[in-house]
Amino acid sequence: MSNETLWLIVLGCAAATFIWRLLGVVVVKKINPDGALFEWVTCVSYAMVAGLIFRMIIMPESRLAEVSLLVRCAAVAIAFAAYFGFRRMLLAGVLAGSVSLSVMVSWFG
Amino acid sequence: MTQHSGTGRIFKKAIVDSLSLPAFILLTTMMGFGSLARSAGFSPEMAALATALIWGLPGQLAMVELTTTGQSLFAIIFACSLANARFFPMVVSFIPTMTRQRTGFFQLALFAQLLSINSWAMCMRQFPDIDPDFRKFYYIVFAASILSAAIAGTLLGYYVSAILPDALLLGLIFLSPLFFALVLSAASKPGERASLILGCAVVPLAHLYFPDVDLLITGVVGGSLGYLLGRTSAVQRLL
Repeated sequence: MSNETLWLIVLGCAAATFIWRLLGVVVVKKINPDGALFEWVTCVSYAMVAGLIFRMIIMPESRLAEVSLLVRCAAVAIAFAAYFGFRRMLLAGVLAGSVSLSVMVSWFG
Repeated sequence: MTQHSGTGRIFKKAIVDSLSLPAFILLTTMMGFGSLARSAGFSPEMAALATALIWGLPGQLAMVELTTTGQSLFAIIFACSLANARFFPMVVSFIPTMTRQRTGFFQLALFAQLLSINSWAMCMRQFPDIDPDFRKFYYIVFAASILSAAIAGTLLGYYVSAILPDALLLGLIFLSPLFFALVLSAASKPGERASLILGCAVVPLAHLYFPDVDLLITGVVGGSLGYLLGRTSAVQRLL
């Protein structure tokens, strides 16, 4: 693709993402943050983000698809075990999960 | 419980909190994006600007993937927008948690542009411990810090990720979803916890039947069920 098209893609994607953010700003001024509607929207955002993360780990479209599902699930279990084992320390969980994935990949291919 | 307060202390806390892990997570995550952007034909300036302005990895990934497969301009922009639609409910749930004061439209638009899953998840977790008058300041410093790391990561990935061994690169890509999973597991309200579980349960079906709008459907279906279940006393006891 030409340089101009690529620039248009980048700027167009930025504008198209900003529309959702702007919509949020418009709506947030109109709803009561102590009301049921706000609570519902918060639940929707939690479900969307959880779905996104679940998809990234279980049904990845990234290069993680090269890693077997079993290895990915084992690494997640190790991460949670380390996280709760080290009194909810994020760094411990994230490092344990990531390192164990790398190690399993290099062992089992 | 005393809350964190004072400009100097909040600035320090935001920098320390971001450097303690999120900045590192974004640096490595965006390395993956940088290397993909290079193989799709984008220049380093374009890749860095995409991170700075789109500022939502799923949309950025949709952009580079569809560009690689040679889709039309409109199709690429549309797919990126859908992949980042979660910013709508995220902004709505985030802003009142941060501030209840009347805030100007342009300032709110700036806050919304700086929002990412990272800052959303970390701030939803940290805000209860921070003096309400200083939450905006904490958020701006935190967001600017991780955005800088993300741009640095994009450029680093653009130039060096090709020389990293595969096993290490995969471990780095894995950091990001892992981090979000752990941060979200600390959600405290029953409705939020039910929504997290239901989001995971709904997404495989939504992805199978409606791959283009799977996250929107997951959010509305999983979030609505989670909201309703969170009001029942059985779920309130259980979660």
